[in-house]
Amino acid sequence: MTRRLVITGLGATTPIGGDVDTLWANSLAGTPGAKTLEHDWVEKYELPVTFAGEVSVEPAEVLAKPETRRMDRSTQLGMVAARQAWADAGLVRPKDEGYDLDPERVAVSFATGIGGVWTLLDSWDTLRERGPRRVMPMTVPMLMPNGAAGAISLDLGAQGGARTAVSACASGVEALDVALEMLRKGDVDVVLAGGTEAAIHPLPMAAFASLQALSKRNDDPAAASRPYDRDRDGFVMGEGAGALVVETEEHAKARGAKIYAELAGAAVTSDAHHITAPDPEALGASRALRRALESAGADLSDVTHVNAHATSTPVGDKPEYYALKSVFGDHLENICVSATKSQTGHLLGAAGAVESVLTVKALRERRAPVTINLDHQDPEMPLDVVTGTPRELGDKQQVALCNSFGFGGHNAVAAFRTY
Amino acid sequence: MADKNEILAGLAEIVNEETGLEVEEVQSDKSFTEDLDIDSISMMTIVVNAEEKFDVKIPDEEVKNLTTVGDAVDFIANAQG
Repeated sequence: MTRRLVITGLGATTPIGGDVDTLWANSLAGTPGAKTLEHDWVEKYELPVTFAGEVSVEPAEVLAKPETRRMDRSTQLGMVAARQAWADAGLVRPKDEGYDLDPERVAVSFATGIGGVWTLLDSWDTLRERGPRRVMPMTVPMLMPNGAAGAISLDLGAQGGARTAVSACASGVEALDVALEMLRKGDVDVVLAGGTEAAIHPLPMAAFASLQALSKRNDDPAAASRPYDRDRDGFVMGEGAGALVVETEEHAKARGAKIYAELAGAAVTSDAHHITAPDPEALGASRALRRALESAGADLSDVTHVNAHATSTPVGDKPEYYALKSVFGDHLENICVSATKSQTGHLLGAAGAVESVLTVKALRERRAPVTINLDHQDPEMPLDVVTGTPRELGDKQQVALCNSFGFGGHNAVAAFRTY
Repeated sequence: MADKNEILAGLAEIVNEETGLEVEEVQSDKSFTEDLDIDSISMMTIVVNAEEKFDVKIPDEEVKNLTTVGDAVDFIANAQG
């Protein structure tokens, strides 16, 4: 018998809020997170893109100083979100009073797209400028992409496995697929799942710009992320982390936890089409949607809301529409779509985690967040996009999806059900 | 050139920066591992920072002999000559 899985805790640190309540309130209000960067390196390296969405609360304001010295920025952000989610779920750590989990049945599934890129590049600068002796011994554990998963497992005392999905911008949702797999296998009862990214560094900024992936709307950062809009010209780099506590319904009920929603299903597929360009026919994305619905035991008509991948690139938004159209057909007109990257920017490996947090909140609060900057909707994507005011989702039992797609041809979809 | 009190104070700052321990806790008779709970990674970081701060070389094979804070202060003072 398939074990039913539920979400019992949420955490996030993003450009539009350093916690879930602030993120949620801003996502309903419509709040652009992108700003002109004030770092001297923007001018020094003459970056073609001069803005991004930095987290609204610096991790150093939340974490103890010695902790931050042992964590890359990406791990710092992940740790902030993970601790929020853990506390929100009413769980404590082994060193705290009242700890009563079996640590061998607690796991971590924490994703990233790039990992410790700041540490890697800072260390390279140190080596060149000051020699090998000055390269710090923490360099390796800080730059490795599993650094966040490892550090979080240590913090929570999770001994049931600490896994890291790395699938570019699909990573955050793939982390939920990994969590679901671990829980359905029956090896563990609780998984802290999520994703993190901290890549607002001159090299990734230059590299994404070189790919022509970033918006160049330097004169108006707040209007730069505009999924589905006719005048979209690229995504806006963001940073942050999202975390969700996923556990078996049985385990959650036994400890009297509050339940936000059900993690009903998840799926990943790969395009095998092109290393960066999405398959124009979106066959891989369509398969991921179908598999996620199958995994959730959901009918097409159960789905009322989609938090779309929708990054605001000229080529990326359309295939997702085609995938949704091919899977849902006429029912698509009954589904409201939120493109929350219009507010947060694109958090790469954290995007799917933060957007899953928003999808779960939408089901719990029965309201879908808004999409901003949609001044002229591209007629080739006639979706029912939520703009202006949040959309009421109604009282009935329903399913919402969170889509994430990544370079490499990765497609990941998570399906949540009201509980 | 610094006297041993100055070295101790400088070392305490480095330890504080790395571990968050209060500078007052970093006394000559304290063992890095037993008393201050400093692991090998932090120890290497402290050593490298001390080399820069006091302009000395502390060879890797010497680090294991630096049991107490006082051992490190003495080594640095001698190395500065």
